[in-house]
Amino acid sequence: MSYLDNILFAILLIVGFGFFARSVKKIIRNINLGVDVDRKDNSKARWKNMAMIALGQSKMVRRPVAGILHIFVYVGFIIINIELLEIIIDGLFGTHRIFAPYLGVVYDVLIASFEILALLVLVAVIVFWIRRNIVRLKRFINPDLKGFPKSDANYILYFEMVLMTLFLLMNATDLHLQNVPGGFSHFHKAGSFPVSQFIAPIFNGMSNELVMLLCEAFWWLHIVGILIFMNYLYFSKHLHILLAFPNTYFANLNPEGQFDNLESVTKEVKLMMDPNADPFAAAPVDENAAPAKFGASDVQDLNWVQLLNAYTCTECGRCTSSCPANQTGKKLSPRKIMMDTRDRLQEVGNNIDANKGVFVPDNKTLLNDYITAEELWACTSCNACVEECPVNISPLSIIMDMRRYLVMEQSAAPMSLNAMMTNIENNGAPWQYSQQDRLNWKNEN
Amino acid sequence: MSESLVVPTMAEMLAEGKQPEVLFWVGCAGSFDDRAKKITKAFVRILNRTNVSFAVLGTEESCTGDPAKRAGNEFLFQMQAMMNIEVLNAYEAKKIVTACPHCFNTLKNEYPELGGQYDVIHHTEFLKGLIDDGRLTVEGGQFKGKRITFHDPCYLGRANKVYEAPRDLIQKLDVELVEMKRSKANGLCCGAGGAQMFKDAEPGDKEINVERTEDALEVKPDIIAAGCPFCNTMLTDGIKHQEKEASVKVMDIAELIANAQDL
Ligand code: SF4
Ligand code: SF4
Repeated sequence: MSYLDNILFAILLIVGFGFFARSVKKIIRNINLGVDVDRKDNSKARWKNMAMIALGQSKMVRRPVAGILHIFVYVGFIIINIELLEIIIDGLFGTHRIFAPYLGVVYDVLIASFEILALLVLVAVIVFWIRRNIVRLKRFINPDLKGFPKSDANYILYFEMVLMTLFLLMNATDLHLQNVPGGFSHFHKAGSFPVSQFIAPIFNGMSNELVMLLCEAFWWLHIVGILIFMNYLYFSKHLHILLAFPNTYFANLNPEGQFDNLESVTKEVKLMMDPNADPFAAAPVDENAAPAKFGASDVQDLNWVQLLNAYTCTECGRCTSSCPANQTGKKLSPRKIMMDTRDRLQEVGNNIDANKGVFVPDNKTLLNDYITAEELWACTSCNACVEECPVNISPLSIIMDMRRYLVMEQSAAPMSLNAMMTNIENNGAPWQYSQQDRLNWKNEN
Repeated sequence: MSESLVVPTMAEMLAEGKQPEVLFWVGCAGSFDDRAKKITKAFVRILNRTNVSFAVLGTEESCTGDPAKRAGNEFLFQMQAMMNIEVLNAYEAKKIVTACPHCFNTLKNEYPELGGQYDVIHHTEFLKGLIDDGRLTVEGGQFKGKRITFHDPCYLGRANKVYEAPRDLIQKLDVELVEMKRSKANGLCCGAGGAQMFKDAEPGDKEINVERTEDALEVKPDIIAAGCPFCNTMLTDGIKHQEKEASVKVMDIAELIANAQDL
């Protein structure tokens, strides 16, 4: 007996998982480039969010067609991973359907449900493909989704089609060989095959050896496909299948209208307003403090949750399709804000990799090189995008942080907004009225 | 409309050694904008009629800082906030009612961290409370049988999940409440939020308020109800843009109730 197969398989696994681990490490490192923000409080509410939104897909079904089809793919994906466990054990130890003898009828039920799910996944994925490429739903053909992101979405669908087909073909050949009169090789009767039994007849008339060869080929292609797919995640919006979980856990729990009060500003304002403070005293020197920068012009100024958001974004465009600015033809697309943030973060990460762990300034920033001020100023801060996102991403928080940079670091607000702010400063109202006239309405008719 | 309004200030109250049940935060629009002043007065008429003990800050009130904050000017926002908090705390304000969802959101959510802890409620919730306590009774009056649709202000609805109080109040008027295709959590912004009220929109195909007015007109209402002075302005402009001023009115919920009771 040769162990060549098993060794080859083991190497494949190690390489596959090794590369994957490397990508995961990079993602974690890149996310940690962000500013710290405390999201450890209220773990009960956080677990609940994760259970409802990531596990329970509660926000997906707000658009029922996509929602239900997505649930097929999602459940199919999770359950078929259980099958993967058997495949890995079989592959490593040269066994065949190792669980079958132990599980008995349960095994039949399991295999049958895998098959039905595989079929549902196949159907769902085909409908998804049609929606993207034939029906061309507006949010999938928006100009902010061109080039790689557009192909990426289709690659994922092709991948899933191929993987599910291979899975069913693998079972069909197996079933065919199980039914060879007198038995063939190690193919003993096991499992129940509600879907692949209809595929199995195509192998009738082929020699047993050929079918077995095909069976092995399908088996190998399937597992290799899965390993490739797993490593493709790093480059793809499909990363959401993993990150949706931490992302919903760490999502903002405050009311959507509550924006954070910048602490660094609070300190300065308190000092300014304190009548006892010595205006000429030097600010206390904190050796470790980085020079305070207000707002965000690049990914390092964002917090790590915002960066996690960027990696989690599935580019589904639900945010953009509900954005009032986008719907009325303005340049702003919250999806693009998330994609730009991820692209820039990836660029910064590559820069760090290329320069032995340190970031070498590249004369680029998220602001201007990716996101323009025009996009930022179009936002009404209505929270429609936040409400809509199926994985609780907040494009709005990034928009706001970048507006803060424009206003507080660059004094680059539109003129009319500067006028409004001057009015507030001088009159305590956004318009030019005297504070002394505040109660005039009382006596007017 | 005959009786004049009774509007005590916090300073007057304090001089008399009294603390009102609630502080009415009028807001900049409610104080200075001609259209919004009517909302303010309608609300005060209801307060007067129901003998609610309230007071305003009057000339001691200042902008909450909301437009500055949404525009990105955190400095200006926090200065405004701290000044207002000083005033409010000096008067030991506990409960605040306001007819502006932007003031509501800021006072309720963003002031606590800066030292201002108050029980803040929107005027629609407050009015609902008066009805629930039996202090205010509402009948349809002139609005009986009218078709009314309600536009959810983002900073009241999505931002703070207040969806039912305004609708409950409208329903008390014996009217037909019709929902737009986008409402509640799916509501569409009027276009004024995030300091947009104070600047021109970026180039696009359309103004947001026109898009939103189309949503409203689709359900063929007699009245578009609003719960925000800024939404009110945006929708009124939208109605003018569609040349529908003759057939469709935009009214605040406080006005609906005050007018229904002939106050
Ligand atoms: S918050 Fe801003 S980006 Fe998000 S939907 Fe509203 S206008 Fe668009
Ligand atoms: S931010 Fe959310 S809603 Fe928008 S594209 Fe990404 S995943 Fe979809």
